[in-house]
Amino acid sequence: MKLAIDTAAYASLLLGLPPLLLGIIARVKAFVGGRSGPPLLQPYRDVLRLLRKGAVYSRTTTWVFRAAPVVALAATLAAGCLLPLRAGGAPLAFEGDLVLFAYLLGLGRFLTMCAALDTGSSFEGMGASREAAFSALAEAALFLVLVTLVVATRQLSLSTIFTALAGASGANPALWLAAAALAAVLLAENARIPIDDPATHLELTMIHEVMVLDHCGPDLALIEYAGALKLFVTSVLVVGVVSPAALGHPVAVAIGTMVVAVATGLVESTMARLRLPRVKQFLIGSTALAAVALAAELLVRGPA
Amino acid sequence: MTVITLAAALALLLAGAVGAAGIRSSPAALRLGAVTGVVACTLGLGASAVWLLDGTEITWRMAWSPPINELSIGIDALSAFFLLCIFGVGGLAMLYAAGYFAAGEHERALGPAIAWLQILITAMAVVVLARDVIVFLVAWEAMFLSSYFLVTFEAHDERVRAAGFTYLVASHISVVLLFGLFGLLVRHAGGVQFAAFAAAPPVGPVAAVCFVVALAGFGIKAGLWPLHGWLPEAHPAAPSPVSALMSGVMIKMGIYGLLRTLTFLGPPPIAWGIAVLALGGVSALAGVLLALAQHELKRLLAYHSVENIGIIALGIGIGLLGKATHAPAVAVAGFGGALLHTLNHGLFKGLLFQAAGAVLHTTGSRDIDVQGGLLRRMPATGALFLIGAIAISGLPPLNGFVSEWLIYVGAFRQAVLTAPREVATAAVMVVPLLALVGGLAAACFAKVVGVVFLGEPRSPQSAEAHEVAGPMRISMVLGAAACVVIGVAPLAALQLVVGPATFLAGAGAPPAAFAPAALRTMSLIALLLGASIAVLILGRRLLLRRREVRAAITWDCGYVTPTPRMQYTAASFAEPVLDPFLPLFHACTHRTPVEGLFPRRAAYNVHLEDPGEAAVRWTLATAIAPLTRVRALQRGPVQLYLLYVLVTLLLLLVWQVRT
Repeated sequence: MKLAIDTAAYASLLLGLPPLLLGIIARVKAFVGGRSGPPLLQPYRDVLRLLRKGAVYSRTTTWVFRAAPVVALAATLAAGCLLPLRAGGAPLAFEGDLVLFAYLLGLGRFLTMCAALDTGSSFEGMGASREAAFSALAEAALFLVLVTLVVATRQLSLSTIFTALAGASGANPALWLAAAALAAVLLAENARIPIDDPATHLELTMIHEVMVLDHCGPDLALIEYAGALKLFVTSVLVVGVVSPAALGHPVAVAIGTMVVAVATGLVESTMARLRLPRVKQFLIGSTALAAVALAAELLVRGPA
Repeated sequence: MTVITLAAALALLLAGAVGAAGIRSSPAALRLGAVTGVVACTLGLGASAVWLLDGTEITWRMAWSPPINELSIGIDALSAFFLLCIFGVGGLAMLYAAGYFAAGEHERALGPAIAWLQILITAMAVVVLARDVIVFLVAWEAMFLSSYFLVTFEAHDERVRAAGFTYLVASHISVVLLFGLFGLLVRHAGGVQFAAFAAAPPVGPVAAVCFVVALAGFGIKAGLWPLHGWLPEAHPAAPSPVSALMSGVMIKMGIYGLLRTLTFLGPPPIAWGIAVLALGGVSALAGVLLALAQHELKRLLAYHSVENIGIIALGIGIGLLGKATHAPAVAVAGFGGALLHTLNHGLFKGLLFQAAGAVLHTTGSRDIDVQGGLLRRMPATGALFLIGAIAISGLPPLNGFVSEWLIYVGAFRQAVLTAPREVATAAVMVVPLLALVGGLAAACFAKVVGVVFLGEPRSPQSAEAHEVAGPMRISMVLGAAACVVIGVAPLAALQLVVGPATFLAGAGAPPAAFAPAALRTMSLIALLLGASIAVLILGRRLLLRRREVRAAITWDCGYVTPTPRMQYTAASFAEPVLDPFLPLFHACTHRTPVEGLFPRRAAYNVHLEDPGEAAVRWTLATAIAPLTRVRALQRGPVQLYLLYVLVTLLLLLVWQVRT
């Protein structure tokens, strides 16, 4: 019985919460901008509305174009199953699962880039190319953070890493740096300001949005939902580093990710999108931040 | 039984080679070669797999005339594993070759090419079976010569001859280094047997010199940076089945040689592990960045071989660190990852070269930027190339992920252990490096898949491309199937590397070191992924069943007449990805910027010069320059040469009389 409740809580958290985070970000931005903004539940309505539509496919496209949204969503869901959102860890946990977590997100990204190139549109090619460039840099930063966590806790699985972090006593400044780097990765992975502006209307300045320009109807719904899910799973990592104890309980996870969403909204409200050449400096900067965190962790640990 | 099967496989390969070389008619030679080659490789594959799961070490000696006295060959876990790679990838290459050569028009008779292919496979098998220096070096030379004749198969093309010459020079430098290495070992051990080397490992400076020479000599063969210069020349010049075989397994003979030599040198110091990690890291990064800058499909794939050899070296480096710090769990993960990646790379690189060969065959162009839309015209080749691309980018749920994951796990395990700080630092650096290389590889293959197979055709040739069939397609399907099976059932695949990895790691590692639980969960996740993809596709189909689904042109933001030339090209796709790394290279970029309100021309192209390779070439050229004075002796007149003979004889006489 306990297991059933646990699983139900896990599934509803993973499947149900993500669009709300998008709603929160939009609402925070509207609030700071002095507008009332869309309802909190608007992203759910958007997904449902898109699911009710028909579809238009370009004659240039092939099955790769149709496969991408499906694979991206399935891979992000699988990545979500590796996260410890409840007491007792994730439903699927093993030694080195953090690598699979990051690479599953990579699988979705790879097919999304292919789908963009499948349309033969120069705009979508441009988006794919930018996504490829920035995600490779963000990947290095993400793995530096992950290995910092591994060194700090001496654990090799996401589930045990966060349990060990929660049990650790005393403040660890290296982890603050890691959290900052992780926050930068979150902004980059989810195409938020200052990397990319999801609300822009000029294709030339877009990254993620322009990649999915040709998707519509149910396909676009899958993409939007997968995007929300990706925001959720990356937020969980940030929550896990900042306040690891929260990962033991679904409600605490929900609150934690909402706080991350509010913070993202504030960042988006107070910053402008960076010029494209600056984005790589931002990402290399966050990689450097993570490297400093790792170096500190290695130094603190001592030689033996 | 396994030994007899192996012997039969090798005998059949040689018989097929003799037969194919003797037959004048090309189609008949092709048929004979394909049948004997595929049957022999299947036998060899079966025998080596059976041996790996349950085999005992055997050495077989044969008396020989002095000064050699004895020749010996034998099989152990390491040999058996590399035999598996050779016969697996070799069999697929033979099958593919049958279709490839039959489909193309060739000026030369095909019999010799088929014979050389079979000799190459046999020679590689003998290299890994050799148990003394004589057999090893003879087989090594046979491997090099047969591959040289294959590389220069299309010798009417001047570029192919030039590439062949580069390959010749590089291989000879490698062989000279190997003579030096074995000379040192023979001097130390007092015998030419591998068993003698292993029984009396050199220590201190001798061991260090042996290690450095082995790293250089075998590094040339493997294509480790900065010794890879020959590789992007020779692989594209060769016919595609040969490129698949060379890139898939032949360069791994360098890895085999390095691993074998390491078993002669006793317990490795920490510095060796760090050296291999550093070289591997630079190879991986330089390989993938140079690949991103390429516009020729086969050249691009050749640079990815440099990258993947780098990844294998990272695994070996982790394994060495584990061995040096007496951490068997680290060592088996590192060596296991390196070995599995050797097999995996053989499979997906073979597949990719074969698909590239199909593209080259049907469109007649190596250039990426004139292709496009081939997935519609070649649905099977395109889908199989996509599988290979996902596998080589190390993405789940395919085989590339499993081997890279093992290397990550080795690095993580080393990082959490109590070890000297430099060991922990070296191990943790592997993690972000592999991640960056993985991200860049994914970018590069998104570029290749996107520009070659997706979108609209950029030239009439690619618009009229047609699918390949028969043996070519079967070979690619088998290769792709192996990539999927290893990715989805990694636990079963790992049984193949348990033996050789334990052998290399030395001390007995617990079975848990191979993380069976993790691999089982990985299979579960692969199933979960497959199931959710199926459910989502079904759901979308149900949703769209009663609704309007239209086909239209691509939405290009209001532009009404899109043309294929407006598509992103390979160079424009790679530009932002390469941009942050350009300071690392001598980059020649040519930019004609967009000017004015109605710009007429704008262009961008980039050519990367690898500073490491340039330095190696410069060093060689400078070192050889003084030696060219010897040429003064070579004048031409026969009288002069007779005089040389006379002078030499006189000198010898004088020397003999004095002593």
